[in-house]
Amino acid sequence: MRADDILNTLTKKELAVFKLRALYTASGYSRYKMSKFEEYDLYAKNKDFLPTEDIITFKDGQRLLALKPDVTLSIIKSCQDRLHGVSKLCYNESVYRPQNGGQFKEITQVGIECLGEVCESEVAEVIGLAGASLAGITDTYALEISSLDIISAMLDRLPLSYQGRKKMLECIADKSEGGIFDVARDEAILSDRLEPITALISIYGAPAEVRPSLLALKTEGAVGEAIDSFISLLDTLDGGEVGRHLFVDFSALGNMKYYNGVAFKGYIRGIPKCVLSGGQYDRLLARMRKNMRGVGFAFYLDELDMLPE
Amino acid sequence: MQTFINIALPKGRLGEKVYDMFERAGYECPSIKEPGRRLVFENAEVGVRYFWVKPSDVAIYVERGAADIGVCGKDILLEYAPDVYELLDLDIGKCHMAVAAKSDFVDNREKTLRVATKFDHIASRYYQAQGRDIDIIHLNGSIELAPLLGLSDVIVDIVETGATLRENNLCVVEKFQPISARLIANKASFKFTSDRIDKIKEALSALK
Repeated sequence: MRADDILNTLTKKELAVFKLRALYTASGYSRYKMSKFEEYDLYAKNKDFLPTEDIITFKDGQRLLALKPDVTLSIIKSCQDRLHGVSKLCYNESVYRPQNGGQFKEITQVGIECLGEVCESEVAEVIGLAGASLAGITDTYALEISSLDIISAMLDRLPLSYQGRKKMLECIADKSEGGIFDVARDEAILSDRLEPITALISIYGAPAEVRPSLLALKTEGAVGEAIDSFISLLDTLDGGEVGRHLFVDFSALGNMKYYNGVAFKGYIRGIPKCVLSGGQYDRLLARMRKNMRGVGFAFYLDELDMLPE
Repeated sequence: MQTFINIALPKGRLGEKVYDMFERAGYECPSIKEPGRRLVFENAEVGVRYFWVKPSDVAIYVERGAADIGVCGKDILLEYAPDVYELLDLDIGKCHMAVAAKSDFVDNREKTLRVATKFDHIASRYYQAQGRDIDIIHLNGSIELAPLLGLSDVIVDIVETGATLRENNLCVVEKFQPISARLIANKASFKFTSDRIDKIKEALSALK
């Protein structure tokens, strides 16, 4: 049988796995294979990192094991505590999570993780590969990017309670300006102090388009530093292939207990939800006592089933 | 060729008010006012396609991408937490989420409070914040009957004028969440049609 005949029998998802694996290995990422099971304790300690608290568990002798609900935690766990240089890994794994609060589903994820002495160039490389992954499927894709450091620095300037901060982040993720004012009212924060946050959630567009709006939000201290660092990364990305598809959108968030730096999400026209999600997770690494930085993403291949024929 | 922006409208009185706002904002679709049982209406000239759906289903149509944008009550967003953008408070359909009980109700904190409601999550979160032990009784309609027949101690429901409560010898114990109609958008659709969705949002906002 000819190779072309074999390729013609593959589903979109199977073809995508081959394409992405070739892309990642050609970019210097080593394949990483892991067990389907993991000790439950790993997830119990990092529950908020997962999108769900529901995990399938079973006993193996005296050990309580779980069917893996996540890949990143397992990769970090297996890493040395300190890395010199950078370790670049790619994977193709199944994880098990309930969907829409209902039945458990096997979810196919392909992704990469870059760990160790990660600098702006590695972050840019990973975002570039996220774009190349989407480009391998279609040329009508969008990669949105946000800076958690800018959001975090802006929220630090408001006298928010723990709950208030959590609600404020939900409102930013929903682009809900009204919600931001409601939270501020409950937390007795004057509405004129909200201007930078409401301006931030209204920012949406290509890096060059939003640059003036971002610069207008610059202030002394952490906010200004975070904006400078974000603009520097955007400048690097804007010159690359991914630049044409890149949109700055501060509604792309991750749990701030674990994530920092940039977060990004990928969308394909015709699929009603995000198909790729990633970001920097130095805080998660610090919580797991790993002396290193990390950035990566996962591509949710099952969502490709929704792509119109 | 310009594609349509699909808009899910809530059936009923609120939906008619909402359509009226869209029409005044420049997104008219005259066929929607013609009598009949059609559910989908298009105006290719302005690039919009409307469809009527059950109010509680609007968020599902938008979250799943069958509609690019839609209008639904804040109560639905709080209860089901759909993964959508909440772009604008339209300032119509204003009411409150409230606790109501019989006029002679006295809260006994030594007992579990029985709460009848359609809004299980909203009620749970409200009482959780107070550290109150409750027993949720989920009902799909005629919530006001529950305390009258001894099925529950209180109800958590939407209160607009309070007339239904008064007619049934019930009164508001506390209004705890303002509710109004919100313009919502599918997150993925927004990435590819943000210019057009933003224009609609701005035009609706100008009418407020």
